[in-house]
Amino acid sequence: MTGVTLADGVAAILLLALTAYAVLAGADFGGGVWDLFASGPRRKAQRTAIAAAMGPVWEANHVWLIFLLVGLFTAFPTVFAVLSTALFLPFTIALIGIILRGAAFTFQAHGEEAVGELAPWGFIFGAASIIAPAFLGAALAAVAMGAVRSSGAQSVTAGWVSWLGADLALLAVALAAYLAATYLMVETEGDPPLQADFRRRAFGAAMVSGILALAGLALTWRQAPLLWSALTGRGLWLLIIALANGPIAAFAVWRGSPRIARVAVAAQMVFVLWAWAVGQWPALVPPDFTIQASAAPETTLRALVITIAVGMVVLAPSLWLLFHVFKGRNPAATVTNPSP
Amino acid sequence: MDNVTLSRAIMGTSLGFHIVFAVLGVGIPLLMLAAEGIGLWRHDPVWLALARRWSKAFALIFAIGAVSGTALSFELGLLWPGFMAFSGSIIGLPFSAEGFAFFIEAIFLGLYLYGWDRLGPVAHWLTGVPIAISGAASSVFVVMVNAWMNSPTGYQAVGNRIVRVDPLAAAFNPSTPTEDVHMLVSAYLVSGFAVAAVYAAGFLRGHGDALHRRALPLAMVMAVVASGLAGITGDTSARFVADDQPIKFASQEGLFPTTAGAPLHIGGIPLPNEHRTVLAIEIPHLLSWLLKGDPNATIKGLNDFPRELWPNILIVHFSFEIMVGLGLALGFCGVLYWLLALRRRGPPTDRWMLLALVVAGPASVVTMEAGWFVTEFGRQPWIIYGVMRTSAAATSTPALGPTFAIFLALYAALGLTLARLLLLLAQRERRRAAVDGTRPRP
Repeated sequence: MTGVTLADGVAAILLLALTAYAVLAGADFGGGVWDLFASGPRRKAQRTAIAAAMGPVWEANHVWLIFLLVGLFTAFPTVFAVLSTALFLPFTIALIGIILRGAAFTFQAHGEEAVGELAPWGFIFGAASIIAPAFLGAALAAVAMGAVRSSGAQSVTAGWVSWLGADLALLAVALAAYLAATYLMVETEGDPPLQADFRRRAFGAAMVSGILALAGLALTWRQAPLLWSALTGRGLWLLIIALANGPIAAFAVWRGSPRIARVAVAAQMVFVLWAWAVGQWPALVPPDFTIQASAAPETTLRALVITIAVGMVVLAPSLWLLFHVFKGRNPAATVTNPSP
Repeated sequence: MDNVTLSRAIMGTSLGFHIVFAVLGVGIPLLMLAAEGIGLWRHDPVWLALARRWSKAFALIFAIGAVSGTALSFELGLLWPGFMAFSGSIIGLPFSAEGFAFFIEAIFLGLYLYGWDRLGPVAHWLTGVPIAISGAASSVFVVMVNAWMNSPTGYQAVGNRIVRVDPLAAAFNPSTPTEDVHMLVSAYLVSGFAVAAVYAAGFLRGHGDALHRRALPLAMVMAVVASGLAGITGDTSARFVADDQPIKFASQEGLFPTTAGAPLHIGGIPLPNEHRTVLAIEIPHLLSWLLKGDPNATIKGLNDFPRELWPNILIVHFSFEIMVGLGLALGFCGVLYWLLALRRRGPPTDRWMLLALVVAGPASVVTMEAGWFVTEFGRQPWIIYGVMRTSAAATSTPALGPTFAIFLALYAALGLTLARLLLLLAQRERRRAAVDGTRPRP
């Protein structure tokens, strides 16, 4: 086979997992952000809506990350090892954020009825929901700009402690908040004032992430030539779609069409990620690691694809059932007080 | 501390923390299913109330298990990049399968927890079935990886480069059958005794209502069946280890010279520098007889192996003694409970029996952790037995000391908060039951 190989196929599957994690778990992190910044006369209702939306699905959304990690070390073990070494600090900090976020949400959701407001955990839930996507975003910046090298003898802050790293960290948080607010617009369709709260938040997040994205492009142009050539090379058409879709999504939010906005905002996340991934193909971690050269032996890749195919047969209908039961027509109208 | 020690400390703490929730994640869903199933079958609201109550506690336990499990999948790379670069492609298959099992578990847990009032009774019960199955499957898959570290098979390497992989042969390596089954039954053992301890404590404090009279026997069924199976599979495991990793076997038995007609050491302190175990109760010929069925059979001792390949004999031997000793005590406790229950025609409420059950809960956790100590410390100095040294696998990052401190604090905070919440939840349920009258809310 020329051109696209089995390794490329596996890399594409991993990109889909990353996308699913960003679009689904990203919104859960965003929920934490809005929990932290809940304000105004309906702050309690805002928090309740966030908890009701996240409760049944956040753990399943979180598993996409596990899926991604396992797929990465199965199919590209050396890359997994190199990334874990080079990005030890941002990964460890993000991990602590992920642990605290999940624990804090659960303590709140299931503990509140027993003890009422659970002093530090409410704050921890929000703070950790910012830390985790921020440091994952910064780590992604290090990968995209080509700072993770095969030599290994680099500083522990290489790449991610940079202007672009900071920008992508903030962008990750802003996009997560944007996603969450638009999803919550759909979830609160039965409660117009509450929906208006989330519409304002979504629009604010749209503006902030738009500015950060444009700043990121400028920074890329000035400071990350490798990423710039990826985005303006093979990834250009996706970048253009992203740039065109951005205003559409923001307009849908502004107009208050939650269902269109939900799709458009999720698509924005997808286009941004894919512009980067498609742009840097055939590199997995540029410039030293190509998909082809860092792939595991063929038998492993085949076994992984078969496992995923078989797994999907069970997983897909299960996921459908979960979202069908809890994210159907108008869940907010029926989820009043989830009593597990 | 050096990086290898710190990496082991962080990994060991993370695993030791996670596994408590992991095993409860295997066993409690089965108890929930049983309780809800009986409740539906007999139209008994008390059984249903019990299942609902367990599901609340389980929501907390599962979430902590999920986040601490995430820590592990990161830490494989963060702490052991050398190990993962070498073995990722070999052991990826069971890990991916475990990923799917975890996915299914998380999805149906969402349905089960939030579906009590949204799904029909039978549909709700059915959403619990995949939780119980995938919980057990997760354990089976993930222990395959540890088994492979004990018996690395299914690959060809040239130097550090993997050139051929047979993922199925790696997953179903020689250690898999014994290790997997022993761990699975141990998970049910811990779940059974842990739940039983909670209700035994309730009885002791005078809360022995209808709910307690159903919960305790159900948990004790699981506990006693699992202890029997754990004994049998433990014996098989020990025999396998004697063949497969004779040095681990000699360490756990504290046997230094290769001996014909080897004695069994009960207790005692192995003194590696003096090549002997002192202060042990020695039963002549018993080890040879137990292992080979021949009281004069020869058993390989530690002296036959180069000193640099010895694990920490003291830890391995103590852990083994604790596991076997407590394991036997737990089995005895389970049998005693049922003998009393049969005589009393109901859950025995004798104070000493209940006290023993309260102790048995944490003791079962200690037993399981001690078992992992035997496996893990006994495999040292190897991370992949006979192939890769632990020292060659660890990360070189300079930040491990603070990382260890942070994780210790993190796990302490999570553990304490969880314990506090579970207690408060139980108190509130009791108050609610008291308000509703003698009948707990269905």
